[in-house]
This record gives sequence, C-alpha cells and structure tokens, in this order.
Amino acid sequence: MGEHAAMDHNHENGHDHGHHHHKESWISKYVFSQDHKMISRQFLITAIVMGVVAVVLSILFRLQLGWPGEKFEFLNMMLGDRWAKDGILDRNAYLALVTIHGTIMVFFVLTGGLSGTFANLLIPLQIGARDMASGFLNMLSYWAFFLSSVLMVSSLFLESGAASGGWTIYPPLSALPQAIPGSGAGMTVWLVSMVLFIASSLLAGLNYIVTIINLRTKGMSMTRLPLTIWALLVTAILGVLSFPVLVSCAVLLVMDRSFGTAFYLSDIYIATNNSTDPNAAVGALEATGGSPLLFQHLFWFLGHPEVYIVLLPALGISSEVIATNSRKPIFGYKAMVGSILAIGFLSFIVWGHHMYITGMNPFLGSVFVFTTLLIAIPSAVKAFNYITTLWQGNIRYTPAMLFSIGLVSTFVTGGLTGIVLADSALDVTVHDTYFVVAHFHIVMGLSAIFGMFAGIYHWFPKMFGRMMNTKLGYAHFWLTLVCGFGVFFPMHFIGMAGTPRRYYENSYIDMIQWTADLNPIISVFAIVGGAAQILFLFNFFHSIFYGQRAVQNPWGSNTLEWTTPVEHIHGNWPGAIPEVHRWAYDYSNPEHEEDFVPQNVPLKAGEHGH
Amino acid sequence: MKLLILLVIVLGVIAIAQLTKVYELTRSLRKTREEEISHADNKMNATLMLVWMFVFFFFTIVLYVKYQDYLPEAASEHGVAVDKLMNVNIWMITIMFFIVNGLLFWVSYKYYYRKDRKARFFVHDNRLEMLWTMVPGVTMAFVIVYGLITWNNMTGPAGKDAIQVEIYSRQFDWTARYPGSDKVFGSANVNLISTTNAMGMVSEGAISLEIHSIDSLIQEIETTLEANAVLSTLPESAVEVMKDQLYRHKRHKQRILDLKEFDLSGVSGWAAGADDNIVKGEFHIPKGIEVEFIFKSQDVIHSAFMPHFRAQMNAVPGVPTRFKMVPTISTTEMRQKLNDPEFNYVLYCNKVCGVTHFNMQIALVVDEPAEYAAWLAKQKTFGGVAVPATEPELTTPSDSLKKDTVQATALTIQDSKR
Repeated sequence: MGEHAAMDHNHENGHDHGHHHHKESWISKYVFSQDHKMISRQFLITAIVMGVVAVVLSILFRLQLGWPGEKFEFLNMMLGDRWAKDGILDRNAYLALVTIHGTIMVFFVLTGGLSGTFANLLIPLQIGARDMASGFLNMLSYWAFFLSSVLMVSSLFLESGAASGGWTIYPPLSALPQAIPGSGAGMTVWLVSMVLFIASSLLAGLNYIVTIINLRTKGMSMTRLPLTIWALLVTAILGVLSFPVLVSCAVLLVMDRSFGTAFYLSDIYIATNNSTDPNAAVGALEATGGSPLLFQHLFWFLGHPEVYIVLLPALGISSEVIATNSRKPIFGYKAMVGSILAIGFLSFIVWGHHMYITGMNPFLGSVFVFTTLLIAIPSAVKAFNYITTLWQGNIRYTPAMLFSIGLVSTFVTGGLTGIVLADSALDVTVHDTYFVVAHFHIVMGLSAIFGMFAGIYHWFPKMFGRMMNTKLGYAHFWLTLVCGFGVFFPMHFIGMAGTPRRYYENSYIDMIQWTADLNPIISVFAIVGGAAQILFLFNFFHSIFYGQRAVQNPWGSNTLEWTTPVEHIHGNWPGAIPEVHRWAYDYSNPEHEEDFVPQNVPLKAGEHGH
Repeated sequence: MKLLILLVIVLGVIAIAQLTKVYELTRSLRKTREEEISHADNKMNATLMLVWMFVFFFFTIVLYVKYQDYLPEAASEHGVAVDKLMNVNIWMITIMFFIVNGLLFWVSYKYYYRKDRKARFFVHDNRLEMLWTMVPGVTMAFVIVYGLITWNNMTGPAGKDAIQVEIYSRQFDWTARYPGSDKVFGSANVNLISTTNAMGMVSEGAISLEIHSIDSLIQEIETTLEANAVLSTLPESAVEVMKDQLYRHKRHKQRILDLKEFDLSGVSGWAAGADDNIVKGEFHIPKGIEVEFIFKSQDVIHSAFMPHFRAQMNAVPGVPTRFKMVPTISTTEMRQKLNDPEFNYVLYCNKVCGVTHFNMQIALVVDEPAEYAAWLAKQKTFGGVAVPATEPELTTPSDSLKKDTVQATALTIQDSKR
C-alpha cells in the first residue's frame, strides 16, 4: 500500500479519494462499492436486465399488433388469464406494456444505462482522475437507480396493472384512476419510481460535472478532452437543469392524484368508474381551475432535453470509436464540440414542438418551429464530420466500429424525418401517428442503443479485462441493423396513412386498413431482432468469464483509460497519474511512426500539438 | 408446444456455445487475438456495408412506390397547401437521405483497413465545415419560412361568416353541437351533466332537475345514516363511504347553486342553448363554407383527427380549442373520386384516452350547402328541457363562449364587482 500513498502525493489536486481501503469485503467490493469502475458495471448489468424486460414487453405487444385477435397459447402461459385470456392480450395490458416499454427504454436503459455506465467508466479514466469527485454520492446514485428499476418492473405485477397512459403520462388520464385502471396503484408506483430515478440522475449528474471540471490531470485542458467527455459533460448539465422540472411536474401530479388539488384538472365529469376502487368519485369532479397544458409544458421542458440526454453520450462514444478505428483524427474537433454545445442549448428552447396541436397559441408554435429546425444545422455538421472522418481512413471493422457507423446512418435517417415533424403545419397530419413512432425510434432509440452497443464492445476489455467474441459481434450487428430498420422504417408509411400510435387494434378505422399488411412484417422483424439480442447476451456474459484475456491497449487508442493496467485497481493508475501532452486524436500523425500517439506521450522537439 | 419452444431456446443457446468454443479454439490455434481484425473480416464487413446500402435503398424505393398515395386527395383548402408543403419536404429529405447514407456506406466500403496504407491526417478544413453549416442553414431558412407561411394561413382567426360546430368528446365517443338559428352556443357546465343532459347544457329547467335529483340522493343517505345511528347495523367503513358521498353531493349542489347565483350575465347564454342542435353518430358540414370547430372534452384529453382534411386538434378538458377549415370536396364527390360508394369521412381519436381509444370515431359528411341546411333543420334541438321565457339577448359568439367555458373567470369577475 506504500505505492498508493506515493501516488496520492502525485495527485495534483490534492484530494484524497479514499483509496486507502486496506481490506475489502465482498459487500464493499461488489455491492456497496464506491469505485467508479464497479459502479459502471453495476449500471450496465442493471440496464441490460431492464433492456431485456423492455424488449420482451415490446414483442408481446407486437404480437397483438401483427396478428390482432390471434390466440397465442404461450401468452396465456406467461401472463395468465387476467392479462391474456385465451392467449389474446388484454386491452388494458396492451396499454400498460406500451407505457412501461417506453418508460424503461427512455429512462432506465438509455438514460440511466447509457450515461450511468459510460460516464462512470470513462470520466475518471479519460480525464486522468483516481475516481469520481464523490464516490459515496456515486454509490447512492446507483442504488437509487436500482431501487427505482425494481419498483418500475414490480408495477407490472400490480392487481390494477401498471401505468398505462403512455410514457408521457398526460393528465387527466394519468390523474384519474376512474378513467383507466392503470392510473391507480400502477401510476403511483410509476411516479415514486421516477422520483427515485431523478434523484439518482441528479446525484450522478452533479458528480460528473464536478469531476470533469475539477479533477482533470495536468495538461488535460478542456480543448484536449476526448469528445466522449464533452458529450457526457453537456449531458450531465442538461440533466441537472431539466430533471428538477420533471420532479415538480411529477409532484404536482401526485398532489392532484392524492391530495385533491387541481393543478392539471378542470371541468371534468367522469361517467363511469373503471378503477379497482369501487368508491372512487364519479360525476362532476370538485377539482377545477387547473390546466392539463401546464403538465405538458413542464413535462416536455424535461422531455425534450431528455432526447439529447439519451443521444449525446451515444454520439460521444461513436466519435471516439470512429476516430480510433478509422485510424484518423476526428474531423473538425472544435466543430464537434461546438455542435454538442449548440444542440445542448437549443434542446432547452424547443419543447413546444410536442404541443403544436394542443391548443397552444399558434404564434408560440411558430417560435418553436423556428428553434426546432435550427437543431438540424449542428446535427448536419456532426453527420458530415463523421463521414469525413471515415473518408480516407483505414477502417478496422471491430463490432464497435460497425455499431458506430450504424449509428451515423440511423441518426441521419431518423433526423431527417424530424424536419417534417418540426414543421407545425405538417405535424397536424402526422402528430401522434406511427410516423412519430418511426422517427423517434430510429433517431433516438436505434442511435442511442447502437451507441451503447458500440461502447460495450469497445470498452469491454477495460470493464472486464477480457475480450468479447468478434464473430458473434458481427452477427449481432448485422441482424440488429437489418431488423431495426425493418421494424421502424415501414412505420413511416403506416403513419402517413393516418394510423395513430397506441391503438390496440387498427381494424376499427376503415381508412387505415390498407396499410395493415405491413404490421405482421414489422412484428416478424421485431421478433427476429429481439432474438438476435440473445447473441449479444450470450457473448457478453460468456466473455466476462471465458473471454480471451485483454491486452492493455487492444485497439491502439490514444485516450488515457488504456494506460491503466488491465486488472482493476483502486485509484486506476498504480503509479503517478499520467500527464497529458496532446489531444486525443493523434491517429496516423505523419510526424510519428506509429499510427497512434497516446495523450501522455510528450511532444517531440519541433512538433506542435493540437 | 411449450416444450417445443423451450427446447428450441435451449438448443439455440447450446449451438451458440459450441460455435463460440470452436471459434475460440481455432483462434488460439492460429494464435490470433480478438482485437486483430483479419483482412478477410474487414473486407467482408466493408462489402456488407455496400450490400446493405443497396438493399436498404431498394426497399426504401419499393415502400415509396407502394405507399405513395398514403392519403386521398386533400378535401380542404388548407389541406392542399399542407400537401404541397409535405411534398416539398419529403422530396428534400428523401434526396438528403440517399446522399448522406450513400456517402456513409460508400466511404465505409472504400476505406477498409489495409496494412500498407496509412490514413490521411486530416484534422479540419474551415471551407468544408462552412459548407455544411451554410447549406443546411440556408435550406432550413427556406423550410422555416415556407412552413410558417402555411401555418399562419391555416391558423389565423376564422372569418365572420364561418359556421361554428362544437365537437364534444368524452370516453369514448364524439358529439357535435350546432349553435342553432341565433348562432350562439348555449352555456354548458360539467356540474349539470346527467343521463338526460349529456353535455351539461345550462337552463333553469336543467338546474332545478339536477338539484332535485341531488336532493333526493342526499335525503336517501341521510335517512340511512340516521337509522344507522340508532341501530348501528352498518360497518364503520360503509358509514365512512356514505359520509363521503354525502359531502360530495352537498358540494355538488352548492356548485350548481353558485352557478345560478353568480352567473347572472349568463342568462342569455342559458337561453341561447334552447335552439342548439345536438348530433351523435354522424355529423354534417357544408362544402365551400368556412367551418370553425370548437373542441371540448369532459374527461381526459382526446384528439380530433380528420386526416382527409389534414386537420387535427386536441380536445382538452377545461380549455376549449379551435381549428378552422374550408371543406372543398363533398362526400358524394369523394365517393366518385375514390370509386367507393361506401366511403365516409371520419373523425377519430388520436390521443390515448383509455381502454377503447382505438374505436372512438364519428362519421363526418360534407354536404352541398343546400343539403346541409336541410339536414340541419331536421336535427333535434336542446329545447326539450324547460327554458325561461325571457327574450334571448343577442351577444357575439365569442362573448358567450368565454362565459360558458371559464366558469372560474365569471366568479372572479363577480367577486371583484362587489
């Protein structure tokens, strides 16, 4: 341990991050760990479990949408008579599945999972810090996340069913259990789970920001930060500024639901009681004078930055992976940073584009059209910079690289349809249809999940000291890419024909019938795509134990995390923290023999750094 | 069946495990490491990128061709403008889709790893970056301006001669209301909704009927409670429930009395309701005349979606919303155009609202103006419920609307007057 003491003297910030654990019990190492690398793995595995749940839910409701009315014996076997009598999915259960699928994917997999895993892993390692600024807060953040995950999943087993008003939980539907059974206990659990989730997210976010600002190693100026760190920094700032608004939004909803206030309720008459409580009030409600639009403003004030909270880490990861595996510096580093900042800023002033047809003043709508379409500019810059990075590169097709290129494709393909949705006049005809479902699943869902897979394949050796199987990775990527587009691309056309999302069955509206032939195809892609993830799961868990041992810097990468030993140690570097002398993207620099120059390599005489 | 599924899964996992083992054995025999991607692998993936590009583009074109007529011709004036805007946008994004994806996959194919080559150290280029900031910038400026012109034209205030139709929503149906010959909607209030008064229309008669029915409910509960005070036959929980109900009924009655006491200025609004037409199942609008819809909801948020007219607006409880349009193709004409004698325009719900959200619709018929007038004359009026014999004062539609919808405002005004 003398080594550890010595290394702390070298820590230029002079903080002690508690690396003096002489003995670690099993509990403090694997359960209540304060080590960022362990917390990162905890986040990842929790997110994978949540991801599996969300994918299974989606396959269940895709069965109903693909083959409405068809009897699936195993559905009854899985869900029982209550939710799938005779093997046909119950209508309330359908809505609950859709809602919980959305909630888990957006918050638990792509926010908690993506940021939680990679911010925790990469921030200290890539900026050259011994650990997060506060290991304890970091631990609390994970356990709040874990608790909220357990709560959210457990709400599926409630007697009255899980929350079922869609992941956006618009009141009055979500406020009144009389209107839909899922707004009873299910909604309460949803709200409690979300408040815990937000607490987790805020603890984590503050920690990330403080760590990035304060604990950078000598020489690691902001302009030398790898793009992953820039993306994670802006993500954390977005989260810290917007999640509190979601808390207030949720708390007001709790008040309306349980304490008789009327923030979101006005002039409501409930004709029939659908809740499990036989004494719930029916008739004209006492609560009046609120506005459901207030909820939507508050919700989307978080909800839109949330899209970028999901997306930016994925873009950061792909920047790193694409540069490394093209053996080329990322093209236009400053423009990339600038567009991350621009996207982050703009994301706060566009929330109204979710509300063009809610009765919001049309002039206000015009303002949001303007700000929303501006986002196309930094997004286009990013897309073209990625392509230019690949151009004249020397592309090594690791599975991570494949997923990163897939991400660029989904980001572009899904982003373009955003131009239609941002235009208020056009939104009128496609609002809340499958066109929207297609748009955000491609631009946010596929892109972010591709980014996450890229990150997992790329940093697996850092996380677990072993390699994942490349061939299985290839199969996983190609199946996921084809199935991903196979599921979501046809949805554009179903949506433009006027098919609303969250419909249990499309056969009641005559005019949308003719697109019904696409639904079984989509469902088949969904099932195959879901099954393809078994390849990943197998590869992941098998490689943790039996994968080939990793070398220190398997990808020939420049960033600092590859200067740490393969075996995890507290404090990350056994000796002094490396000093940084150059930016992270000296790949194929003509002044050097090797095609990569790690950040801690001093500049040669006469070499000018970037 | 269950066994079979289980078997397939188990076999699948075993197969993967075996394949991986074989793969790892060969790797260790050849002494290659996972991170060393062989030339063959690089080439295969690069080729697949190109193959995927063609497959992707091919199926995109197939879908475009097959679904190009995604909606029938727009049946409203603004709908034609929306369609034009949509076409311009779709063309633009489709071209960009092919260019950018094409570049991406082509570059990914072309520059796969070769040992003898070194990547070009290309850090940045201000001209290039300026190019792809400016081009999207200018394009977006065009999209924004063109879009906003269309948007402003369709959302401006309705003309003076516009016909007003109220679309009233609740779980899970739609009702249409026409203001009648006085062109003024009668007041409505949720506190007066009952089986005989589905929209809660306000009139002296409706108020006294509702108060009477609440009174009898109150009396019934009070009698039971009094009896129980002596006999104590009811369990404690049931008594609590009844007390709660009693309280609710009393509050409900008070709200109706408040309505009567404070909404003095609304008397004309009450009377205006007598000739309102209330229509269910199917509603009509005239061709070539501007129609202003006023959307209301009594319970949760619904969305009135009329894709044939490129029209949609949410119906929000407590917040009346509006959408105006000029229908240009009558139902008869559309039936001929589509060669479908069964065709009907439809308005359906597009905001998740509960368990049968997917079947919340109402047929909409566009008539020639004369047919429309004839149809409207045949519709029932609300007048069935007793109406005070006062002469209805004529107020402008907007005045009466403000009055009947925002009860709370009326109360505040009344308070400040005192």
